[in-house]
Amino acid sequence: MSIAEIQQAEGRGTPALGRFLRKRSVLGRFFRKRSGVAGLAMLVVPLVAGLCAPLLVRIEGQDPSTLHTDLLNPDGGRPLGAFGGVSADHWLGVVPVTGVDLFAQIVYGIRSSLFIAFGASILSIAFAAVLGTATGYFGGWLNAVAGRVIDFMFGFPGLMFVIAIMAIVPPEMPRGLVLVLVLAFFGWTVPARIIGAQAGAINARAFVEAARATGAPPWQIIRREMLPHLFGLVVVLFAMSLPGNVSVVAGLSFLGVGLRGDVPDLGKLLSDSLPWIYSGADVWYMLFPGAVVFLIVFGATLAGDALRDVLDVRTEDAA
Amino acid sequence: MPDPVLQVEDLCVSFTSGGVTADVVRDLSVSLDGGRTLAVVGESGSGKTITGRAIMRLLPRGASARGRIVVAGREMLSADERELRRARGSDVAMVFQDSMSALSPYLDIGAHIAQAVRLHDPSVTRRAARARAVEMLDRVGIPEPADAVRRFPHEFSGGMRQRAVIAMALVNRPALLIADEPTTALDVTVQAQILALLRELQQEYGMAMLLISHDFGVVGSAADDVLVLYAGRQAEYGSLRDIFDQPAHPYTAGLRAATPRLDARLDTGGERTRLRAIPGAPTSLRDAGPGCAFAPRCGLADQVGERCVVEAPLPTVRPTSEGGGLHLAACHLDRLPALKEVAR
Repeated sequence: MSIAEIQQAEGRGTPALGRFLRKRSVLGRFFRKRSGVAGLAMLVVPLVAGLCAPLLVRIEGQDPSTLHTDLLNPDGGRPLGAFGGVSADHWLGVVPVTGVDLFAQIVYGIRSSLFIAFGASILSIAFAAVLGTATGYFGGWLNAVAGRVIDFMFGFPGLMFVIAIMAIVPPEMPRGLVLVLVLAFFGWTVPARIIGAQAGAINARAFVEAARATGAPPWQIIRREMLPHLFGLVVVLFAMSLPGNVSVVAGLSFLGVGLRGDVPDLGKLLSDSLPWIYSGADVWYMLFPGAVVFLIVFGATLAGDALRDVLDVRTEDAA
Repeated sequence: MPDPVLQVEDLCVSFTSGGVTADVVRDLSVSLDGGRTLAVVGESGSGKTITGRAIMRLLPRGASARGRIVVAGREMLSADERELRRARGSDVAMVFQDSMSALSPYLDIGAHIAQAVRLHDPSVTRRAARARAVEMLDRVGIPEPADAVRRFPHEFSGGMRQRAVIAMALVNRPALLIADEPTTALDVTVQAQILALLRELQQEYGMAMLLISHDFGVVGSAADDVLVLYAGRQAEYGSLRDIFDQPAHPYTAGLRAATPRLDARLDTGGERTRLRAIPGAPTSLRDAGPGCAFAPRCGLADQVGERCVVEAPLPTVRPTSEGGGLHLAACHLDRLPALKEVAR
């Protein structure tokens, strides 16, 4: 067979095109999975709503701070009307006692909560991926040092530390950014250990040895042999870390050490709604923001799962 | 006469763990010319795989090698990482026992071979490397190579996968191929095909082959010369014929007696023959004494006496059949008695 014949026989043209087609087929297979599409939608809709919060609120004709006390029952401050005061003007009703528009509070709340959680997850998982891959590949003293540091971090009362830091942050520092950094600082340890263990196991597999036997340099072994195996794990760890961070941001807000002032936040809304749930006076005050948190958490899990299945070539036929 | 492709001199490989050092290979010297096959034989733990790894400098963590290894004129033990990477895959390549785990499940067959091409010649375009992969798959006898190049390892049968591994190893025409139990994971008919393919490619490329095996049947059908290792030491070295017909080391003779032979019944005139086992298990490398490592299991040690326990035998020259080349054995006995007396 001559080279020309071979290239003709290979038919589908350049490898670059082939690579593109294969990438297309990963996306294609993802979009054929209903659970993945549903999860992605659940994640993307609140995300887009958060991104476009000012626009959406303007369309609604409200803003997140005006008090509408005329819509409240003077006796106790409960919103008037069904579903917590849902109307054409106030799509998700109003907040009890203050009468602030709940839809505006939620979409602005998504902004702060989700972006802090996203930022913290991206930072911590990225650091964990780099460190885990490095410890898995190089092993030796790097692995030993990283392992001891992680042990040390495990022995640390992380949440206490976060609360303490958030309590003493000077007012002139951006609290959102500090939250991202602090959450990332305490979020990388478990993922780094999981990725490190997996990378170490892959590094010991025969095909890595075979790549070494053909003279592949370390970077190429990490990139071509190890990272494809770790990608699914990293995606899943990210999807797992995201809802966790959403709830920690909410918890900190509940404790009063999260975001401060009049910055809307999903966690703050949830904790503020607690007395209204206990008394049953305004269930909708919790249900609307709660549903948004549920959508984000459930959507991230579904999408992460589907993505992991699709990225694994061995399950290609089973789908 | 050209320099040998592989030259090993006084190779020692030792493992250190928990402050204890054990030699897994000791004082190994051997040389191998292009176009010839040297079979390295021995049971588990005899150091045959470690010897192969040492030649590629792919030793596990905690292992260190001393001595001298020259592959195609390159000193492997003193080479730096850069030089080693250049040698691996182009001067010396390796075929592994388990083809399934030797191929990455996330890369298609073509990517494996194309990567090997481009690693050693970055000027080759991706497209040309891919075409080389198809050509190579065709060469190792994979049907419809243009289609096979896009398949993933799990879509291949064991024999096809091993052919792909061979294609990956040989695409840069190495001077030396280390085949570490290349047929052990395959069934017998496929074994024969793979051995024939290796033999054929060896002739075509004129490369030297180090065939690591524990199977005397495989050795008998593929090797020119045989190196028998016991507990990391050279027990016997010689041409295939000398090793098979006139073994000079009791261990080699024991291995021969433990191997089924198709012609055995003819030889004994109808007498029923039993395969003999070598009693005992290999000695621990840690508490190796000063004597011959095989002595505790040797049926002939009492014919020599105390010397076997206190003095390790050095390889000495033994008689050869006509055209047999070098024949060495490390045994205090000058002549072995007839085969059936050994290892009872």
